[in-house]
Amino acid sequence: MTNETLSVEMDSSAVSHLFRDGTFIEELRMQMLKFARLQVRDSQLAEDAVQEAMLSAYQHIDRFARQSAFKTWVFSILKNKVIDLLRKEKRHVVASQLEDGVDLNGDALIEHLFEENGHWQKDERPKKWDQPDHGVENEHFWRIFDACLEALPAKYGRLFMMREFLEMETPEICHNEGVSVTSLNVTLYRARLRLRECLEDDWFGKEKS
Amino acid sequence: MMNCKQAAQMLSEKLDRPLSAKEKMALTLHTTMCPPCRLFGKQMGSLRDLSKAYIRSNDQHDKKS
Repeated sequence: MTNETLSVEMDSSAVSHLFRDGTFIEELRMQMLKFARLQVRDSQLAEDAVQEAMLSAYQHIDRFARQSAFKTWVFSILKNKVIDLLRKEKRHVVASQLEDGVDLNGDALIEHLFEENGHWQKDERPKKWDQPDHGVENEHFWRIFDACLEALPAKYGRLFMMREFLEMETPEICHNEGVSVTSLNVTLYRARLRLRECLEDDWFGKEKS
Repeated sequence: MMNCKQAAQMLSEKLDRPLSAKEKMALTLHTTMCPPCRLFGKQMGSLRDLSKAYIRSNDQHDKKS
């Protein structure tokens, strides 16, 4: 909602004003960095992509169309920068290649978790996430969370991030990414499955030391 | 009758779209009888809360690197 209000009420000159708001820009930059890291898994490259995207957004602010929210627009620039960078850097897998075969991953995980009759496999039944024993407020937890996010296939990570971090609405994500609502929901489900599994294995399921 | 595999997906989709009355009823029926799926549903909500906390946290190592 905030995003939409932002986009409706601001013209590009008002938006360029945002670039002088240090807190806003710093927060946006952090979000972009997290987003870029999920895609390129290389801090320096991610940093480069974010800087280029920021610069490009600033220079082309007049192209900012009010149909989309400012944040969405900046992130779509970032996404293109990331893809460009990945293509330039031959040592990295091109984003589209990275995304192939992830469905298989998702299916394999689902098969692993559930029996043929659709019941949870005995060992895979969700266990209680014991908050008091595994306080999530500490730095170590966020490192695990970070690692689990990075372990997601790039497409899962991106869609999950758009939904949960950028809080984008379904039509906006589908339009931007060219995916159907059904496929978005299935991908988000798979992303959550993986993330849940990873957190349970590496954090909540661990005996506290 | 809904099984755990279907319930799990529904518990995720619940966060992304409004469920129909029929879906809601089937899901409630299932989770009432199935503790693991109840936990799973709770954890889906936790993932959302954790993500919100994560993006708002300016982690130290982001700045150091």
